[in-house]
Amino acid sequence: MVTSSILVLFLLGLTAAAVLAAASKVLHVEEDPRIAEVEGCFPGANCGGCGYPGCNAAAGAIVKGEAAPEICVAGGPEIAENIASIMGLEATFKEPKVANNICTGGSRANLLFDYEGVEDCRAEALLYGGEKSCGLGCLGLGSCVKVCGFDAIRLNEEGVPVVDMNACVSCGKCAEVCPTGAIRVSGMTMDLLHLNKIDDCLAPCMQKCPAQIDVRTYINQMKNGDMRGALLTMKERNPLPLAVGRLCPAPCETICRRNIADDGVAIHTLHRFVADWEMNSGNRVNLNCNPPSGHKVAIIGGGPAGLSAAYFLRRIGHEPVIFEKREEIGGMMKGIIPEYRLPSKVVDWEVQTILDLGVEVQNGVEFGKDITFETLERDGYEAVFIATGAWKVPALELENADAEGVMDAVTFLEEVGKSINDLKGKKVVVIGDTNTAMDVVRSGARLGCDVTSLVGCIQRKMSANKNEVKRASELGSELLFLTKPSRFIAENGKVTGVEYIEVQYKDPKKALGEPLPVEGTEQTIDADLIVIATDRVPDMTPFMNAEGEIPFKLNKKTGGIDCDKTSMQTSVPSVFVGGELHTGRSIIIQAVADGRMAARGIHHFITDGAIPEPVNPQLRVIPESILKNMDVTYTIPRINVPEITVEERRSTFKEEVKGSIVYEAARKEGSRCLRCGLTCYDAEAGAEYAQDSDVQKFSELGKE
Amino acid sequence: MEYFLLFISAIFINNIVLVQYLGACPFMGTSKSTDVALGMGGAVIFVTLMATAITWPLHQFILIPYGIEYLQTIVFILVIASLVQFVEMFLKKVIPPLYKSLGLFLPLITTNCAVLGVAIMVQRNEYSFLKSMMYGLASGIGFLIALVIISSIRERLDVAPVPHVFRGVPIALITAGVMSLIFFAFKGMVA
Repeated sequence: MVTSSILVLFLLGLTAAAVLAAASKVLHVEEDPRIAEVEGCFPGANCGGCGYPGCNAAAGAIVKGEAAPEICVAGGPEIAENIASIMGLEATFKEPKVANNICTGGSRANLLFDYEGVEDCRAEALLYGGEKSCGLGCLGLGSCVKVCGFDAIRLNEEGVPVVDMNACVSCGKCAEVCPTGAIRVSGMTMDLLHLNKIDDCLAPCMQKCPAQIDVRTYINQMKNGDMRGALLTMKERNPLPLAVGRLCPAPCETICRRNIADDGVAIHTLHRFVADWEMNSGNRVNLNCNPPSGHKVAIIGGGPAGLSAAYFLRRIGHEPVIFEKREEIGGMMKGIIPEYRLPSKVVDWEVQTILDLGVEVQNGVEFGKDITFETLERDGYEAVFIATGAWKVPALELENADAEGVMDAVTFLEEVGKSINDLKGKKVVVIGDTNTAMDVVRSGARLGCDVTSLVGCIQRKMSANKNEVKRASELGSELLFLTKPSRFIAENGKVTGVEYIEVQYKDPKKALGEPLPVEGTEQTIDADLIVIATDRVPDMTPFMNAEGEIPFKLNKKTGGIDCDKTSMQTSVPSVFVGGELHTGRSIIIQAVADGRMAARGIHHFITDGAIPEPVNPQLRVIPESILKNMDVTYTIPRINVPEITVEERRSTFKEEVKGSIVYEAARKEGSRCLRCGLTCYDAEAGAEYAQDSDVQKFSELGKE
Repeated sequence: MEYFLLFISAIFINNIVLVQYLGACPFMGTSKSTDVALGMGGAVIFVTLMATAITWPLHQFILIPYGIEYLQTIVFILVIASLVQFVEMFLKKVIPPLYKSLGLFLPLITTNCAVLGVAIMVQRNEYSFLKSMMYGLASGIGFLIALVIISSIRERLDVAPVPHVFRGVPIALITAGVMSLIFFAFKGMVA
């Protein structure tokens, strides 16, 4: 029996071995040896981030030519180069991506969900289909942490996921398991060009800001002492934080939810504080740029819109060249906006930051004369962004409008400090209700003249912002509201006065429509100089062809070039437009926003050939985010920004009216920010200052 | 009727995992997600059928005539291991998509005692070849059902508020125990 047992086992083993040997010969699958070689290059994470089930499958796809050598998300450029050398290819640049958490909600978002005992967002979605009142709130129980194979996510003390940018390989697993969409995987291009969507978690300030700046994040970063992070957050949307921090009328502050409780957060002041921090440190924060893509873009005009477009295009890897007519770039920021509002050294610093990225500038080049669309196309520019601004002040059709002593506001402001240095004892009349008019009034008053301003409406209806009007009045200039010039008086071709007439609305209470002249109210004032500042419009002559026609569709309302609202593409596909050339007279942040949107349009146009329509874009303030009642615990007084005295203002042009604030004050102001989401907010904001004597609980206010 | 009862009893009353406690290792190891459980279950059905088809004649026509039934276990292990290797090679060559979708499960089955258990049990119960095949198929389905049930429970357990010390395998074993008790309730359904 022993013999038969051994024999049977031996024969059975032999048969099995023979069958397997024969099978391996017959059923042998020829595998390209490069697959093993390529697989050997991978870090072996088997994460599936590349879209293939594992590293072997990805290697197979590369060898078959179905995937690129840089497909591995866990490997860096070195690995891509190794793979490319095996395949005899060249590794192209692949922009690194990382996961990031967009929700700072933590436990407060938890309140918006109905869990019925289930403690995890994924379980909630599995059991109840994920029907929630907030589509974005992070619950902080960490499905993303569990699924991350690279230890790149942890929960912080507030229970909100924090991504380690260095460890994240953008495999996308965290974003996959997150049913609320609070974690996203994105790269620099996507981040810089992302346009607000109505399903993003948007605080009202972010909705109102034309540039879509992530206000709550930079305030929070600043508050936590991460000044570099705060600056980078701002620079994701705004390449000109110093100028915007000084010039922006801050529409974000008017919609700030804190206004319901006490005073809105001084966002504008904090914006400037963060921007100043970089300039005062003397060192520029390093900005990442993709390597040159070989796509050349011409930018006509070096103002805020042109600079903004150049900045975003360069950062995402394209090669913009700015063509500027003047000898200096910066547009109106340089030489027109007075020094006391925006010092020239500040503009220089800001512009240099953008130029340092590798943006080329050609000064003294005038569009229409030195370059045209044809020459630019011939020189290899794939797209053109025109942002020549609105520099022309329309002449008034009044008697003696061309007399000596009548000038436009732009020329006046440009000449201040050059040919206009002293106006002592002179009488100056400014006509208009614009911010430019207020600049003229303020500059005139500082030069010692007697300034009278004719404003054709009531103060509430002025296009100048309230603060500018206040500053103009502080210097003692006289603002004559509801007045309109009827003729200029001149002697020997030189202006000596203005005759004006009072105007009134049809219904003075409602103040609607254009005010009409009131018969018999004509009066005269003496004037040595009349400055027209009624409006500024784009100069379209450079764009006219030989027949005097403009090849673009024009915007009837603004007089500028019409374009698509989100891509800034004009009726000529390779030409994009932005800034005041498109919007007419506007605010700086609008120009910055236009520059970014144009950069997005140009990027898609030159890389894909077509510009995708943004999905669910946020074009106006989302009604649900406007809350009527707020349950905020602490009231903290809004920051007071130091200013130089009115007397000091009269004697200097060089010093800014508004001073800078100290870090502790900025931090306290930052603590007033409610870190709003779309519908949520931090009711306990400012709790860390609860012990301060000027901080009180709203609940205790009435008891005193 | 006889075949139907054999089929039902192999699936529910004598469930290979929950009643006979065979294949508990892959039952725990591959039941973390339903997708994986389905793949493993499918592969087990396939191999069980193949193994039964080969080991039955081997036992009947070689081991019994030579009186060496005591070699049953070692012979069956050898046959099943070789069979799995062969199936793996065959699928890789002939049906690559199926090979890819089965992936790691085929080699895992080599060490799956449920397959060996079925091969041995059909001999113990002295089933005919057809009955053996029916039993093999039903046992495989029973394994699949048990695996899918526990995997869907475990997916939810993963995100449920389980006390920390019980998380993972402990709670899975407790769940398997409870499931086993539930399957014992089928006892007596068939006389």
